[in-house]
Amino acid sequence: MNFFLLSVIKAAVVAFVLLTTLAYLQWVERKVIAHIQVRLGPSRVGPHGLLQPLADVIKLITKEDLIPPYANKFVYLLAPFLAVTMSLISISVIPFGAEIQVFGQPTWMQLTDLNVGLLLILAVSSMGVYGVALAGWASNNKYSLLGGLRSSAQMISYELPLSLAVASPLLLSNTLSLRQLVQTQAGSILHWNILRLPAPQIVSFIVFMIAGFAETNRVPFDLPEAENELVAGFHTEYSSMKFAAFFMAEYSNMVTVACVTVILFLGGWYPLFAVAWGSNYVPALLFGLAGAVCLFFGLNPVRKRDRITMPVFGVIFLGIAAAFLLAPVQAIFIPLFWFLAKVGLILFTFIWVRGTLPRFRYDQLMHFAWKVLFPVALVNLLVTGLLVAWFS
Amino acid sequence: MDVILFLVFAIIAVVCGINVVVQRHPITSALSLIGVMGSLAVLYLLLGAEFIAMAQVIVYAGAIMVLFVFVIMLLNAGAEETRGKSLVAQLLGLPLLILFLAFASYFVQRFVPSSTIVHFGAFKSGTAQNIGIALFTRYLLPFEVTSVLILIAILGAIVLARKELDR
Repeated sequence: MNFFLLSVIKAAVVAFVLLTTLAYLQWVERKVIAHIQVRLGPSRVGPHGLLQPLADVIKLITKEDLIPPYANKFVYLLAPFLAVTMSLISISVIPFGAEIQVFGQPTWMQLTDLNVGLLLILAVSSMGVYGVALAGWASNNKYSLLGGLRSSAQMISYELPLSLAVASPLLLSNTLSLRQLVQTQAGSILHWNILRLPAPQIVSFIVFMIAGFAETNRVPFDLPEAENELVAGFHTEYSSMKFAAFFMAEYSNMVTVACVTVILFLGGWYPLFAVAWGSNYVPALLFGLAGAVCLFFGLNPVRKRDRITMPVFGVIFLGIAAAFLLAPVQAIFIPLFWFLAKVGLILFTFIWVRGTLPRFRYDQLMHFAWKVLFPVALVNLLVTGLLVAWFS
Repeated sequence: MDVILFLVFAIIAVVCGINVVVQRHPITSALSLIGVMGSLAVLYLLLGAEFIAMAQVIVYAGAIMVLFVFVIMLLNAGAEETRGKSLVAQLLGLPLLILFLAFASYFVQRFVPSSTIVHFGAFKSGTAQNIGIALFTRYLLPFEVTSVLILIAILGAIVLARKELDR
């Protein structure tokens, strides 16, 4: 019974944190893009626009919910449901941290550990294509249809290099369970699959990231929703919460790709360097630094309201830094910190690329998948296989 | 629990299977087929073949059916139009179906040994490792022959497509 209760609590916590993350990821994205383009970004609702996601949710809920006439109603309603469900399932097998004690009960920071966990994520993400493709078809709109067609062609093409790139680190780790995948990479950065001997997976990492961008329909592969060609692509005819469902699915897919990248290549929850070299003090140091920067800008405010908000953030960050020095907090949160820091870094790269690169042309997109990524991933798999066979 | 899940997903599979034939619109038929494959995957899971279950979803539901849906969308195939039913089909349809089912059940009973009863959860060797070992040792020749067969099919598809392009 204890196990059952613990599982329910874990599921609730993960669901709550994931949904909040999705909402705030959008805020982070708007802020980062804005600063890349020398703008301020959301800044009206709450301090630094921090309540903007809340306002967006209220706006989306209260908007009029339209169903276009001549749309295939059943498929039209099924598509956003499918997209959001398939994208949220993957989080259930992601391990966030090491084993911890909750009220004397040992438990893992993971909802469930399947021994085909990685395959489940691949399966679920391949089912996610239907959400986009069917939405485009069912809307009875030529722009939507073009968006849906583009997305299904693109996702099928990029799934090949993605799967091949996944296969090479599996040769090193020799397991499909995500928890064991991380455990085989225990230790410093030299033991992570990206730099691990005998076959460092740098090429595979890059191929996986690029294919991941394409799978999540992000810039520079966002042709299914290219706004200057297709209005809004596959979700042109969707409004209100059904539009929000597609939005959530996109961000949730981003989170999944980032988590899988970290688990496959970047050593999951293990720190950058050994504990003996003081890696336990890194979180405290980083949060302390962030707090100091906030306090500095609070004392020398750029804008008037910074005089109040910045010191508040500074004190919060310093408090977190102090908490990271306590032994019980360290035991639970340091693996979590490393995992989230790596995931955050990958997510930041997603946003950074969006602010930097222009969009591909459609024929370039297909050429790139079939004539560059696919052979590169195949050769990398071959070389990895030979090296692993030679040295084991 | 296992039996209930089996019944639920077996019924879903059968209903979706009938729906594939009954539906007039190709997209709805394709969606029903995806339903069949999804519930088959759950049945594999119940039997302990987790790798096969995931492969079923990835390959059939996730790749092949996406191509089906893609082609249907690309050709913009509309709902099928029905012509008047043929007299032969009306008269002989049901008797032939019953005859076929009778034959099928007779041959299954005759040639499949009925002594082994399937227990849910009894089969433990459905992991990726076991299947890999089986494929590369015991079934190496069929495995390689299948891969060559698929390669030939791919080459054939490319040759046919090229002919169309050159014209």
